[in-house]
Amino acid sequence: MQTGLNWKRVLMMLPAVLFFAFFALIPLVTAVYYSGLSWNGIGPSQWVGVQNWTSVFQDGTAGHAILLTVEIMVLSWIFQTPLSLLIGVFLAGEQKHRAVFGVFYFVPLLFSAVAIGVTWENILMPGYGLLDSLLQSVGIGSGEENWLGNSRIALVVLAMLIAWQFIPFHSLLYQGGAKQIPDSLYEAAKIDGANPWTTFFSITLPQLKYTIITSSILILTGSLTYFDLIYVTTEGGPGNSTTILPMDMYKEAFLDQSIGRGSVLAIILAVAGVVLSLVILRFSRFTQMESQLEGV
Amino acid sequence: MPTSSSGLHRRARSPWYNYLFTALGAVWLLIAFYPVLYMLMTSLRSQQGFLLGTPWLPPLHPILENYLTVLQAGFAHYFWNSVVVSVVTVVLVVGCSLLLAYVIVRTRNRVVNVVFSVFLVGLSLPIQAAIIPIYVLITKMGMYDKLIGLILPSVAFGLPLTVLILVNFVRDIPNELYESMGLDGAGEFTVLRHLVIPLAMPALVSVSIYDFIQVWNNFLFPLVLTQSSASRVVPLAITSFQGQYTMNVPVTMAVVVLSALPLILAYIFGRRYLLRGLLAGFGK
Repeated sequence: MQTGLNWKRVLMMLPAVLFFAFFALIPLVTAVYYSGLSWNGIGPSQWVGVQNWTSVFQDGTAGHAILLTVEIMVLSWIFQTPLSLLIGVFLAGEQKHRAVFGVFYFVPLLFSAVAIGVTWENILMPGYGLLDSLLQSVGIGSGEENWLGNSRIALVVLAMLIAWQFIPFHSLLYQGGAKQIPDSLYEAAKIDGANPWTTFFSITLPQLKYTIITSSILILTGSLTYFDLIYVTTEGGPGNSTTILPMDMYKEAFLDQSIGRGSVLAIILAVAGVVLSLVILRFSRFTQMESQLEGV
Repeated sequence: MPTSSSGLHRRARSPWYNYLFTALGAVWLLIAFYPVLYMLMTSLRSQQGFLLGTPWLPPLHPILENYLTVLQAGFAHYFWNSVVVSVVTVVLVVGCSLLLAYVIVRTRNRVVNVVFSVFLVGLSLPIQAAIIPIYVLITKMGMYDKLIGLILPSVAFGLPLTVLILVNFVRDIPNELYESMGLDGAGEFTVLRHLVIPLAMPALVSVSIYDFIQVWNNFLFPLVLTQSSASRVVPLAITSFQGQYTMNVPVTMAVVVLSALPLILAYIFGRRYLLRGLLAGFGK
C-alpha cells in the first residue's frame, strides 16, 4: 500500500482541515486584528493600534485577571491532585465495597458545569441554603455565611466547587493508573514487611508518575477555561474578585461591548493555552506518539 | 468484609488501617454524592415543603409536579435542540477526524505532518480565546440564533482531541493488514470500511461518547451565539429557568436533573462505556 500523498487523500483531509481553519485558526488570527480596533461589535469600527493593549494593562484589568487565573490554577492543583490520587488508589483496591463507593463517586461526572454551579449556588445560599442550615443545626458559625458573596473567600470557594466537579474525573484517571501497577511489586514489598505508608510512597507514588503528569497538565490547562461555573455563580463578583481571564474577556467583549479590549484578553488566553500545550508536547507521552509517527 | 482472593496485595483478614480507609472513603462518599442526592430530593419537594421542611432530609410528601411544570414550559423543545446539535456535531467530528487520522497514519509527507502538529497545538486552545471572532463570523454568515451556528464551531473545537485519539488507535492496526488488503487492490475507502472502522470501533464509540458530552454540556457557544427560546439548548435552559423561577428552587433542581438525563441513563445502563468515553484517550 502506498504511503504518498495523492489527491484522494488530500480530499479526505479537507473536511477536518477546513472546519478547523475556518472556525478555529482564522478566528484566532482575526482576534489579533480585533485587538487593535475600537468597536462595539455592531457599529463602525476604528483602528486604534495598541491602545487597547496599553489600556488593558495600564488600568490593571489584565494584571488582575492573570493573577486570579494563576491563583485558581494553583488552588485547583492543590485541591484536586492529592485527593484524586488517594481516591483513585483507594478505588483500585479489590474490596467489593470500594467498587460500590466508586459507582457513587463518579456521579458528579454526569452533570454539566452549569448544572453543578446552579445546584451549589442553592446549597450555599446564605441563611437558608443547605450548608448554612446544617451548620446552624450543629451550632457552628452564624448560619448566615455568604459563601460566594464574600470577596475574601469567593475565589477559594469557587476552586472548591471546581474541585468537586473534577475530582471524580481525575480519580478515574488515577484508578486506571493504579490498577496497572504490577501485583508483583506489592508482593515483594509485602515479603519485605513494608507497611502501607512505605508501600504507598516507595511503589504506588513513583509508579503513578505519568498519571500525575497527565492529570496535572489537564488541571492546569483546564484552569484557563473555567467559565461556565463562575458565570452562573458569581459572574466574576463580588466586585471583580473572581474575574479570571475568560470571565473578564466575556465581560469586556459581550457585556461592556468592547470587542477590542476583550480580544486582548482572548489573545492572552490563547498564548497561555498554546504555551501550556507545548508543555504537553514536551513532557507527556504525546511526544512519544510524535516520534512514532516519523517511524511509520 | 469479604475480600477477593485474587488480590495478592490484599489480605483476607483486614488490618486496622483498612477500616480507617473505609471510613475516610465513606466521608468522601458523603461529599461527592450527597449534593446530588440533595438536588434529587429538592426536585421532588413542593415549594412549601422546600421553605418549611428540613433541607437535608428527604421530602415528606414527594411530588412530581416540578417536572411537569418544567416540561410544560417547553423543556422538551430545548432538550430536542440539544439532541440535534449534539448528534449532528458528533457525527461530523468523528467522520472528519477518522478520515484525517487515516491519512495521517498512512501517509509519509511533510504537509501531513504539519497538519497533524497544528491539530496537536490546537488541543489546548481554549474555546474562550476564539469566541469573539466566532460570534462576529456566525453573525455575518446569518447563522446567529440558529442551531447550525452552534454546530459548525462545535465541530471545529471537537476535532483536535478526536483526531489525536483516532490517530493513536489507527496506528495500532498492524501494517500487514493494510498490505494484504493493498495486494487485493482495495481502494482507500474499502480499507477504511472493511479494516479501519471495524478495528477502531471501540475507539470510535469512546470518542463519540466523549464528544457528545462535551457538546451537550457546552455553555459558552449557546450563551454567545443564540438568543431566542426557539434555538435554546439545555445548558441555557437551566439558567433561563433559574432566572424565571428565582424563588422556586425545586423547579430549578428539576431542570438540573433533566439536563443530565442522557448521561444518567447511560450511567445506569452502560456505566463501563460511559466512563471509558469520559476518559477519552487520557487513560491510555
